[in-house]
Amino acid sequence: MKRINLYVIAAVLTTLVWGCGNNENANKQGAMNTSKAAEKVYVAPGEYDEFYAFMSGGFSGQISVYGLPSGRMLKVIPVFSQDAEKGYGYNEETKPMLNTSYGFVPWDDAHHPELSQTDGVPDGRWIFINGNNTPRIARIDLTTFETTEIVEIPNSGGNHSSPFITENSEYVVAGTRFSVPYPQKDVPIDSYKENFKGALTYIKADEPGNMDVAFQILVPGYDYDLAHSGKGKSHGWTFFTTYNTEESHTLKEVNASQNDKDFIAAVNWKKAEEYLAQGKGKDYPAKYVHNYYDEKTHIATSTTKEGVKVLIPAECPGLIYYLPTPKSPHGVDVDPTGEYIVGNGKLSADLTVHSFDKMLKAIENKSFEGEVDGIPVLKYEDVTAGTVVSGGLGPLHTEFDGKGNAYTTFFISSEVVKWKLGTWEVIDRAPCYYSVGHLMIPGGDSKKPWGKYLVALNKITKDRYLPTGPEMNHSAQLYDISGEKMELLLDFPTIGEPHYAQAIAADVVMKNSKKIYPIEENEHPHAIKKESEAKVVREGNVVRVYMTSIRSHFNPDNIEGIKVGDKVYFHLTNLEQDWDTPHGLSIMGARNAELLVMPGQTETLVWEPQREGVYPYYCTDFCSALHQEMQGYIRVSAAGSDVPIKWSLGED
Amino acid sequence: MKMLPKVLMFVGALLLLTLFLTPLWSITLEAPQYPDGITMYIWINKITGDTEHTLQNINILNHYVGMQYIEPDSIPELKYFPYIIVTMAALGLLISFKANRKLILSWVIIMVVLGILGMYDFYLWEYDYGHNLDPKAPIKVPGMAYQPPVFGSKMLLNFNAISYPYWGGLFLGLSIIMAIAAFFTARKTTGSK
Repeated sequence: MKRINLYVIAAVLTTLVWGCGNNENANKQGAMNTSKAAEKVYVAPGEYDEFYAFMSGGFSGQISVYGLPSGRMLKVIPVFSQDAEKGYGYNEETKPMLNTSYGFVPWDDAHHPELSQTDGVPDGRWIFINGNNTPRIARIDLTTFETTEIVEIPNSGGNHSSPFITENSEYVVAGTRFSVPYPQKDVPIDSYKENFKGALTYIKADEPGNMDVAFQILVPGYDYDLAHSGKGKSHGWTFFTTYNTEESHTLKEVNASQNDKDFIAAVNWKKAEEYLAQGKGKDYPAKYVHNYYDEKTHIATSTTKEGVKVLIPAECPGLIYYLPTPKSPHGVDVDPTGEYIVGNGKLSADLTVHSFDKMLKAIENKSFEGEVDGIPVLKYEDVTAGTVVSGGLGPLHTEFDGKGNAYTTFFISSEVVKWKLGTWEVIDRAPCYYSVGHLMIPGGDSKKPWGKYLVALNKITKDRYLPTGPEMNHSAQLYDISGEKMELLLDFPTIGEPHYAQAIAADVVMKNSKKIYPIEENEHPHAIKKESEAKVVREGNVVRVYMTSIRSHFNPDNIEGIKVGDKVYFHLTNLEQDWDTPHGLSIMGARNAELLVMPGQTETLVWEPQREGVYPYYCTDFCSALHQEMQGYIRVSAAGSDVPIKWSLGED
Repeated sequence: MKMLPKVLMFVGALLLLTLFLTPLWSITLEAPQYPDGITMYIWINKITGDTEHTLQNINILNHYVGMQYIEPDSIPELKYFPYIIVTMAALGLLISFKANRKLILSWVIIMVVLGILGMYDFYLWEYDYGHNLDPKAPIKVPGMAYQPPVFGSKMLLNFNAISYPYWGGLFLGLSIIMAIAAFFTARKTTGSK
């Protein structure tokens, strides 16, 4: 406890010292010359932003898309959480996306978006994101900005060090932040050291529709916190930070903070592929699901998978090494050359930078200071390239500008510190409002950063905006990093709690953005392609309404013969083939969300009428001059009634 | 100079066949909600748009004011115009071997007459689409017709309709001009003999 008090005092002191030293520069907003800053973030009406930024939604379970430098929100992409606005997770087609081995899980905690890469450079095809709570990874297709695939991570807990893609999108990774019994079993919690294990999971990512667990590496029961895959010379490796090498299972804030050094785990995944090819993978029981949304059928299917291949480090020499790293390292970040591996010791003032070359040399010389469960521990002095004496406190994450500089966030001292790779000298520091977590430079964890802007993703908002009661949106801050000094340009609120974010030059993505789904490619089993095919079909107490929408009517718009106790499926096909002409559908009393159907798409709303009467339904998305007229009626008769099924449009 | 009229006539006749490669005319509709505009292309044998769904999108807009659906299958001209063009191209090619002044002149006259008739036909179709409106149309503006211009631009409610010849139309004109040139050069060469 004494140590923690010391940190608090240090934090207060740092803030005070910093505050005194900078009083002449700091105005209330913290921004540079206001009109100059405004000019830099002004995107004129009708003009486009330079970058797409993808912010994780944290506990909102979604991704929100912003334009940079304006900070304008472009879209919220539903990923792990039901989204009534778009019907995601409510309509029949997307419900399977949220299926897990536990059944339907309508929420998750989404942390780290990661763009697909080709040769270490973001290529704009997909973005991946992890679900931390019920371990999952999702793929979002950037031609449609829709979630198209989710795979569950078996025998894992707290999927935090994820997805952190490899250089050519071969794999996304998933390390467990909360080690659990492996495989899951009923054991006393205080048998942690004996029974709990961590799993480092590699998931094949380069083929849409075929995301799957390639293998898992069984590792000691630490907390695997964050990761980054190597690039360039370190391509073929992934680095995971650990804390709780104490293997404590209670009061972790104290008990997991006792060791002076924890580890960065360096995994040679190319070696893993060799061992798998040699048949060294052990079959372990596992149950997990794979969900895939097919863009042609417009339907997601959920498939349960069994079993997983596991590599045991003691049986696979050269697969994994531990690099001692001080003070419960949080982020681990690899510089654009692939040489420097930055460990952000979150309970420290300093940053530890390891050298990939030195690591290889130490491995070659077998210069080990010990071993844990068959994993060699390298000597700290042998692998460390340098230390950044930052003057801040609580480093969390580092990104790069591609010009030889690194930028590290400090949560406790609430600032971003710019320093030089190789010389480790601090060049500049900028305050954050308040307590920054992740930071993001477009392409800043890739081989070729667009080193123009930096976004600080703050955890505490307090007085930055008009107050909105006890709960406030988190705040992002945009800095211009094109010069020697960082310059704060803009604050903007974000959705949920953005952890990591990624950004990419707009032209890479926008040229592939789809405008419609071609109706002739629609393979939904209940789609109809012409208004003349509209019909209502009864099969027992299931009634299927094959309905079309086109400006400005539904076909049919009068339906009779429905009975209390029926289960009615509205299969709505939007016949529009023009950009930005979705139609919605909602039915009075339906215990469900609306449908929001894109041009050429088919979606299904289930309605179980409870009471006799005539119920209106209508289009919810203002589609045209006669949108208000885009409505219909459905008649519900008593359970035993003999009112025949009947449907029509425009009949008097 | 003996070759010149033959070449002119030959190339002029051949140019007619480009009508199967590029549209004759284009009609573009501009409105605030359509930042890229919607363009319909009229070919000798079909009607297309800047996307494959242009006709559907134009039809959706047109139905609010009660205009008929534009259905290329119901326009007979699109079926027989191609034969006329192929015939005229074939005749032109035959004439080019002799480069006889009278034959060239006859070809030119037929082409000019056909061209005028074609334009008039185009105007009649536009008139029909613009005036023959469904009395039950949701949007009725008294005295308003929706006939796009044959040549030029005109505001039709919120849309600015812009109608001009496209490459095919220009090639058709060039074809006739080349035939006229062939006629004059043919006279000069015969005259000098």
